[in-house]
Order: sequence, then C-alpha cells, then structure tokens
Amino acid sequence: MLEELWRVFTFQDYNTRVVMAGTGLLGLAAGVIGVFLVLRKRALLSDAVSHATLPGVILAFWASIALGMTGRSLPVLLSGAALTGLLGMVTVVALRRWSPIKDDAALAIVLSVFFGAGIALFGMVQQIEGVHAAGLTDFIYGKTASMLISDTVIIGIAALGVCGIAIALFKEFRLLCFDEAFAAVQGWPTLRLDLLLMGLIVLVTVIGLQAVGLILIVALLIIPPVTARLWTHRLAPMAALSGMFGMLGAGTGSAVSALFERLPSGALIVLSASAFFFVSLMLGTEGGLLPRLWRRARLRRRIRRQHLLRRAWELREQTGKRTFSARGLVARHAWHPVVAALELRSARRAGLVQRIDGGRWEFTPAGESEASRAVRNHRLWELYLITHADVAPSHVDSDADRIEHVLDPDMVAELEELLAREQEDTPPPSPHRLETPTNGGGNGR
Amino acid sequence: MISWSVIDTWIIIVGVLSAVGCALPGAYLLLRRQSMMGDAISHSVLPGIAGAYLIMGNREPLTLFLGAIVIGIVTTVLIRLVKHGGKIEDGAAMGVVFTALFALGLVMIRRAADHVDLDPDCVLYGAIELTFLDTVPFLGMDVPRAALLTGGMLLANVLFLGLLYKELKLSSFDPGLSDALGYSSRFLHHLLMVAIAATMVASFEAVGSILVIAMLIVPPACAYLLCNRLLPMLLVSAGFAAASAVLGHLSAIALPPVLGYEDTSTAGMMALAAGVLFGGVFFLSPKSGVLAQSWRRVRLGAQLLSEEVLGVLYRRQEAPGVSARPVLAPEELRRGAQGRTVEWLAGRRLVRQGYVRPVPGGFELTEPGLHEARRLIRAHRLWETWLVEEMNLRPDHVHGPASRLESVTGEAMEEELARETGAPAMDPHARRIPPAEKH
Amino acid sequence: METRTDRPTTRPAVPEHRPAPASPAGTDHSPNAPISIHDVTVAYDRKPVLWDVDLDVPEGRLVGLIGPNGAGKSTLLKAILGLVPVISGRVAIYGKPLSKQRKLLGYVPQRESVDWDFPVTVRDVVQMGLYGQVGWFRRLRREHVRRADEALERVGMTDLADRQISQLSGGQQQRVFLARALAQDAQIYLMDEPFAGVDSATEKSIVALLHDLRNAGRTVVCVHHDLQTVAAYFDYVILLNMRVVTHGATADVYTEENLRKTYGGQLTLLSSAATALAQRH
Ligand SMILES: Nc1ncnc2c1ncn2[C@@H]1O[C@H](COP(=O)(O)OP(=O)(O)O)[C@@H](O)[C@H]1O
Ligand SMILES: [Mg+2]
Repeated sequence: MLEELWRVFTFQDYNTRVVMAGTGLLGLAAGVIGVFLVLRKRALLSDAVSHATLPGVILAFWASIALGMTGRSLPVLLSGAALTGLLGMVTVVALRRWSPIKDDAALAIVLSVFFGAGIALFGMVQQIEGVHAAGLTDFIYGKTASMLISDTVIIGIAALGVCGIAIALFKEFRLLCFDEAFAAVQGWPTLRLDLLLMGLIVLVTVIGLQAVGLILIVALLIIPPVTARLWTHRLAPMAALSGMFGMLGAGTGSAVSALFERLPSGALIVLSASAFFFVSLMLGTEGGLLPRLWRRARLRRRIRRQHLLRRAWELREQTGKRTFSARGLVARHAWHPVVAALELRSARRAGLVQRIDGGRWEFTPAGESEASRAVRNHRLWELYLITHADVAPSHVDSDADRIEHVLDPDMVAELEELLAREQEDTPPPSPHRLETPTNGGGNGR
Repeated sequence: MISWSVIDTWIIIVGVLSAVGCALPGAYLLLRRQSMMGDAISHSVLPGIAGAYLIMGNREPLTLFLGAIVIGIVTTVLIRLVKHGGKIEDGAAMGVVFTALFALGLVMIRRAADHVDLDPDCVLYGAIELTFLDTVPFLGMDVPRAALLTGGMLLANVLFLGLLYKELKLSSFDPGLSDALGYSSRFLHHLLMVAIAATMVASFEAVGSILVIAMLIVPPACAYLLCNRLLPMLLVSAGFAAASAVLGHLSAIALPPVLGYEDTSTAGMMALAAGVLFGGVFFLSPKSGVLAQSWRRVRLGAQLLSEEVLGVLYRRQEAPGVSARPVLAPEELRRGAQGRTVEWLAGRRLVRQGYVRPVPGGFELTEPGLHEARRLIRAHRLWETWLVEEMNLRPDHVHGPASRLESVTGEAMEEELARETGAPAMDPHARRIPPAEKH
Repeated sequence: METRTDRPTTRPAVPEHRPAPASPAGTDHSPNAPISIHDVTVAYDRKPVLWDVDLDVPEGRLVGLIGPNGAGKSTLLKAILGLVPVISGRVAIYGKPLSKQRKLLGYVPQRESVDWDFPVTVRDVVQMGLYGQVGWFRRLRREHVRRADEALERVGMTDLADRQISQLSGGQQQRVFLARALAQDAQIYLMDEPFAGVDSATEKSIVALLHDLRNAGRTVVCVHHDLQTVAAYFDYVILLNMRVVTHGATADVYTEENLRKTYGGQLTLLSSAATALAQRH
C-alpha cells in the first residue's frame, strides 16, 4: 500500500502521469474561467449546460454508428455534447427573454428535460445490436481510468487555450463581471464578450465530461472560485488562486483514484476539491466561519464594553458622584439586570472597574482613562457623522480603537475643537488632556 | 403493436402518484425562486440515504426517511453558511454544497456496495419498469411497494401543504411580513426542504432523481404561465404532472417501435413529455405565451395604425377648399412601418368596421368613418389642450401622449375633458376642435 | 489624580429643539412609549450600519424617518420588528419585548421586496395582513374576510380586488400594501418608503389616510425621501445617518442646519480632506 502510494505520488506510473496531467490542466482551466462564471452570478448555468450535453453525446454516438464508425471517437462525441450544451444554454436565455419564468426555473427545466431526453435516447441506443454502448455512461459519472494519452492531449490543448483567452481578455471580462452596463456604455462589445465567455464555459464542460462526468463537472467550475473567494476579494489573485485550487483538487483526486480503483474517480476529484473548500470555509480570511465568528464576538464584546464604560461615565457626570451603581445603569438604560451584572463582572476582571461598599462601583485608574477614551471617541464619531455626513459612513469603524486610527490627525483636531465649541460646559474628555483640566470641567480632574 | 398489460397500468399509477407528489411542493420552490434547490437536494440526498443505511443497517423506508430529513436540513444550513461566508449568490452556494455531498454519497455507496444493492444509476433514472416485481399485500391485493410509498408520500404532501397553506403562501410571497407576524420564514423553509427531501427518497427507487427534478419544476412552470392564483396553480400543476406521467409512459412504449427499437426508459420519457407540454404552454398560453404576446402586440399596432389613418384622412378633408371625400393610397398604410401583418390587419379592420371602402386607387372615408374620425380628432385635440393647460407640458410634446390617450377615451371621459378644459374651440396648435356630435 | 469634586454639574439642560449630537445623559425613556429603542447597534458584516440609536417614538404621532440612502432607515425598521439581529441594545414596544407585542405592529415593506408576478390577487394579499390574528394552521374567518374588504374599500381598490397583482401600477401596488397594513388594525405602523414610485394623486390620498390613522391615535413611522414634503406630511421627524442626528417635533427639528447635518454636502475646510481620504480607502 505504502509502496503504491509512493509510486503514485512520485509519478512513476505512466498511466497515472497521463491522467494527472490531463485532470490537473482541466482543473486549472475550470478554476480560472469559473471565477467569471461565479462572479456573473450564473454558477448553475454550467449545471444545466452539462446535463444538456447528454443527448448530444448519445446522438453523436448514434450518428457515427450509422455512418459506419465505431462510435468511440472522443472528438465526435464531444462535438455532439457541445452542440446540445449550447442548445440548452440558448433555451435558458430564450425562456428568460420571452416568458415570466425566472432564471432558476429556466435552469431546472432545461436541466431535467434535456437530461430526460438523453436517458430516453440512451435507452434505445443500448438496444442497437453488436454495439457496446455501455461506455457512454462514463460520461455521466466520469472515468479517468479510460483516459488515453490522446485524450489528455485534447484536454490539455483546450485547457491551455481557455486559460490563454482568459488571460488575454482579463480586463474585458472583469468589466463584464463587475459593471456590464458601464462596459456597454464604454463601447465594449458586451454581447460578444458574454457569448465568448459562455462558449468557453461550454468548452470546459465538454472536455471535463470524461474525467469527472456531467453531473460533477459543475463542481470544478464552482468550488475552486468559491474557495478562492474566501481568501481574497480581488479578481486577479482570485483567478490565480482558483486555478491553483482547481489544479490541486483535480490532481490529488485522480492520484487517489489511481490508488482506489473501485471508487468513482470523478467523485474523488470533487471530494478533494471540496476538502480545500471546507478548510477555507472554516479558516478563510474573507468570510471564513471561524474568523467571522471571532470578529463578530470581538465586535460585540467591544461594543458592549464601550457601552458600559460610556454609560457609567455619563451616569457619573449626571449624578455628580464619583461612584455609580448597577441599579442606576439598569434604571436609566433599560438594561437587563443580568446583562448589567455580567458586563460589570467582566469589566472588573479586566481591571477597569472595582466594587466598593454598598453595592456601588468606581473606575480604576485604567478604567478611568479607558472610559474617557470611549466617551471621547464616541462623541467625536458622532460629531463626524454629523458634520461630514456626505462622506462619513464609508469611514466609520467603531471597531477601531480610536478615531485617530481611521481619520487624519487634522480632522480629529478640528472635530475636537468643534465639540468643545458646541458643548462649552462639557469639553471632550481626551486622554491627552487628562492633566489639564479645563474650566468648569465636566470630567473635573 | 403496443401490448398493454397490468404492468403498464402499475407503471402509470406509480408515475402519476410520484409526479403529482413532486409537483405540489415543487410549485412552492418555483415561486420562491429556488427551483434549483430541487436539483441540489436530489443530489445531496444520496449521502443521506447511504449514511442512514450504514448506520441503521437496513433499508426500510423509515430509515431512509430519517436520512432524508437529516440531509434536507444539513443541505439547507450548509448552503446558507456558504452563501453568507463567501458572499456569493444562492446558485454558487448550492452548487458547491450539492456537488460535494453528491460526491461523498457516491463514494459512500461504493464502499457499502458489497452489502447493499444501492446503485447510483438507479438513483439517477430509477427502475419504474421493475416496480411490479416488488409487491406487498395491501387491502387484499398485491400492490407494488413503490405505489404504496409514492401514494403515501403524495398523501403526506397534500396534508402538509393543506395544513400550512396560509403560512407557506405568506412566507413565499413576503418572508419579511411572515417573520413580522410570527411565522418564521426560515422554519417554514426548512420544513419545505425536508418535505422535498422525503418526497425524493420515496420516489427515487421508482422513478429516479432526474424525473423528480423534472416533476418538481416543469409542471408548476406550466401552471405558472397559466394561472393567476395560488390554489388553481397547485391544481393545474398536479394536472400537468399526471399528464406528463401518462404521456411519458405511452410514448416510451409507442415511440421506439416506430424507430425500430423495443422500448426505452420510461422515466426519461416522462421528463421529456413534461418538457414538451411546457413547450406547448410556453408558446400557446393565453396569459403569457409567446404567441399571445405577439398577437397582442400586432393587434395593438393595427388598432393604433387604423386610428392614425382615420386621423390623416380627417385632416385631409378638413383642409380649406377640399370638398371631395379623401382617398387613402394603399402605400400610405406603410406609415407605421410596423410590418405587413399589422398593415394588413389595420386595413382589414377599417374595411370591416365600415369606416373606409375600397375605391379605385385606394380607400375612401365613409360616413361612419367620418364620424369616428371626428370623434378621435376631437379626443386627441382635447387631450392636447388638457395636457398643455393642466399638466403644463410644452405644446410640441403632447402629440405622442394624446395619440395614446385618444384611443381609450370613452364618451364620459370626453365630456369630462371638455368640461375641465372649458370646451375650447381651438387646440394648442391653433387647430379647430370638432364639436361634440349630437346624439 | 483621583480627584473629584462633589460639585453638582452646572450644565444647563439642552433645550428640546437644539440638535444635541451627544446628549451625555442619554435619552430619558418613557416606559409607555410605543417604541423605545435603547442603545441599538446593528452590524451586517464588520461595520455597524446603525450605531447607538437611542430614542423613544412618541405616541399618536405621524413620524417621518429621514436620511440619505444607506443611512440605515430600513435597517432601523427591521431592527424594531426583530427582522435583523442587534449586536447590542434592545427594543421595547409599550415597555414589553417584541415577542409579546407582535400584534400591535403593522409593517409595510419596501415595494421591491416582493415578487409582483406571484400568483395571488389583490384580495389575497390584503388578507395576508390578518394572518397574524389567527395563528398556525387556522384559516381566516368570515369576519377577517370582511375586514380585508373594508381595508380595500378604504384605499379605493375594491374594483381591483380580483386582479392578479402583476397587473397593478406602482401606485396601486403601494395601496395594496397599505390596505394590508390597515387590515392588521395595528397600534403602530412601520412603513418603508410608502411614497416611492407613486403618482402624486395616490401620494395625496395615502397621506390623508396616514393622517386619519394618526388622528385615531395610532403611531405611524414612515421612511420618507422627499425633503420638500416632510414638513407638510409629518408632525415629528427622526433624522438618521447611521446614528440619530436629531429627533423631535417637525417645527423644532426640521431646520436647514439639521438637514445639512443629515445629508452633508457641507463644504468645510475639512471635507476636501475627507474626500481625499475616501479615495485612499
Ligand atoms: N442584508 C444586508 N447585508 C449586508 N449589508 C446590508 C444588508 N442590508 C443593508 N445593508 C447595508 O446597510 C446599510 C444600510 O442599509 P438600509 O437600512 O437599507 O439603508 P436605507 O434604507 O436607509 O437606504 C447600507 O450600507 C447597506 O449596504
Ligand atoms: Mg431603505
């Protein structure tokens, strides 16, 4: 077993080498072009197209038998596939254009009806005497083991061609994906670009039939782009990452399927691509689950903490006492008593507040400066939102510890001045001014 | 020739039961714009079945239903996670989840294949032709197990959709209001997905997943093009589903012999039949069919053109020093440049209504035509006046709107217009407004 | 450092009408306000879209919720209805949590939020407003049907009751939504842009209806866009831009200065700097 593993992963086996090269290139092309498909919000169009290839494969087989050929020539079968695949795509567009049927339903209709037609045709082709039609089902689930060197060459050329076009027209495709209307106004031939993009999708779908099968080829077009999307939101790195994930997934999958010959190779390829996806879904920096949960928890904690400090500070300002009570917070701000107690406890753990007799609380020195900073930050942000309403929302980031981290120092200085002017009696409690109490100071230090 | 047997009867019964059972919940998928969810669940249910088998060690319906329920929820939750995480559209999220789960299912089935006769091919296109082999006694009859299963599922679906009719209607139309009124749209969504997963499991062995996807969406799509209300849409969906099943099986045994083969896959043919029916509705539906749409367009064009022609003729005879009835040369009908059909229809309309009659060299305005033309011109010029005076439009901007409005102006509206504008004698272009006719 | 005078604050009370960006004491909440919003912060993703919103909506007023696009107006309505999770803070309806008070709230969502090709008739949609009053599994009773028809009558849509909703014009669609809310017979109405895409005649009749509701003691909160008509339509306004810029009786609050604050466009020395900053981000 180990020996076998070694053989496979050192590419010693000629067959494995051929298969891995073919599927790897396929994964690369699918990953790169799939990015545009996903960004254009048409991911499942490829599913409808791939299912629509079945009747084409069978008709091509039939036709080539009728013409006296063996019916096993890959280019012939794939041309048939491309033909009905395109027909399926056109049907989707027509349904969308001439009926109130929505996108999703148009896809489901084309997918199931074309595939049903394919199965009905297959039921008849099987009965042709003296012809071995069973191999046709390989197109449904894929079978890398049946790939020949000539097939790999065809796949490789097509895949590299697709990548080449995608790179050459990268700028145009990007425009098409992000702002089609703008592209059209700018005079780009958006319709032709779109057709080209869809044509490339059909091409990748068709060359992938043999390796992963028509049910799962859509996985190679969607999973790598979505995986890449979890790591970056910029197009160029996304396309590169996606191509890489596609190649790795497909390569690993076919290597594994060389080890376990009884397992369906297409499924293994998809599973290894989804393994990369799953890890990214958990850890990805742009929307991965764990970072997101962590960020959200941190935001929530910080906002609650700031609330507590600010409200306590304000309570103190109002009552004029040095200490404050939990009950005061609860009464004034309709906090749930339990929430207030929990927040106070966690603030005490953090060394920001301390309990004194009679159930009252006071700030520790650290809490004092933390609270004054929170109050100041809050008031400056508020002022900024008001005075710069036109640009404000895109900057506001309450997660940033201090307003200075987001806004220019000049701006902050201006805001401070404004705040001082608007509320002459309560100058902004700024940590920088702790030592210089102002006249009539609200924070009186 | 076709030979009919009791087997065919059972095939049709099973086909109809599962088709109708799918079409009912499928209508809601279509309305919620989640049609591809059927495709997604039909794939992802595979590891559910395989997993349930591996854990429970049997393939009783109950086991499989448990697997389906779990996988229905898992799929829905996963799709939501992926969608929000990746900030991508529904479709891509579905694609990722169902392909991954399907691949997992394929591998699990192959691992378990030594012990089970679960066959992925069978999951795809089922074995409705063989359902007769597996019968159980029921009410003193030998009934195919599949018929009981799909029948039970249909019943369960009818109950489910009947009990939650108002809740599902509301949450499909307006999830926000549904939540606001206390009917959690997410909970209802999960319920629907579980129902669909269970329906699939019940139908799989008999008819296969591809037929399930077809029956979930294609018959409801037909009904969607025909119906204005939800309940009729559900009933019509069921009708189309049943028709597709019957038609599908008939053509599966009747068509291939024509081409020289014995028969072919019934499930495939049923899906195809549903597609053909949908094609028919797509072209012929009176509500939104392609033909109806273009017919409406042509008819409207003809109406506008014929009114325009009447106006032209009236203005020609209005000109000073003209006493003879004006004659319209046939090529003048081309003014609209809307195509031969519209011209022909407009001409025919005018002649049939008796407004013009053919004379050598063209068409001549008749007495009734003159009245009609005067009425139209009066409405047109009153509208122009009204638009200029009441809506403050510029006089050179009012011809278009007035032309569209004149054709919908009845007597009452005309009187009101005259009242509001003070029944002027001249329009903003200083042309005479013909007075109202005495009746 | 630990010094602190026990001198009471001498800060004068902020006058009602004065825009108080940071009223340090927070709002005084009344336990009986129809809607009390306590320090609500909502974030969809990383950034908050509503920040420390803290106010009471007064009873029996016709309230305009005004603010630029993306200010979080719809989000605020959804937060009140519990349709989006809040990161912190809470909302009380007449002093009690939302879950106990759902029946008091009527909601008119933005018109684009539903599919107008859906196979339902005008009457069906209006009846949906009453679903909250019958509970799970139950059907509407005859009395409900009658109330739905009355609501249709009030918005003048009786003639179109059996039309499919796809055949309606924009103004008619809005009236259907309004009728649906009326049928709910709620105490508090939350309406998201009820005048968007509506012809002026319909707008006038909707405003008359809203005034009727207010006069009957209901509280109505409307998201509104047209600055020209704010003063004429509403007797109380909330100016919102991520946070509450100010709120109060229209005559006091609806000043040019406050509008400028909500909508920005102020050309200070700093706004060019801010623009440069925006480009850098
Ligand atoms: N479901 C959502 N997911 C992420 N961001 C959202 C969502 N809904 C709204 N937003 C963002 O929240 C902000 C406020 O939105 P909204 O409340 O709709 O504004 P308004 O109704 O005032 O125009 C906008 O910047 C918008 O992009
Ligand atoms: Mg909004």
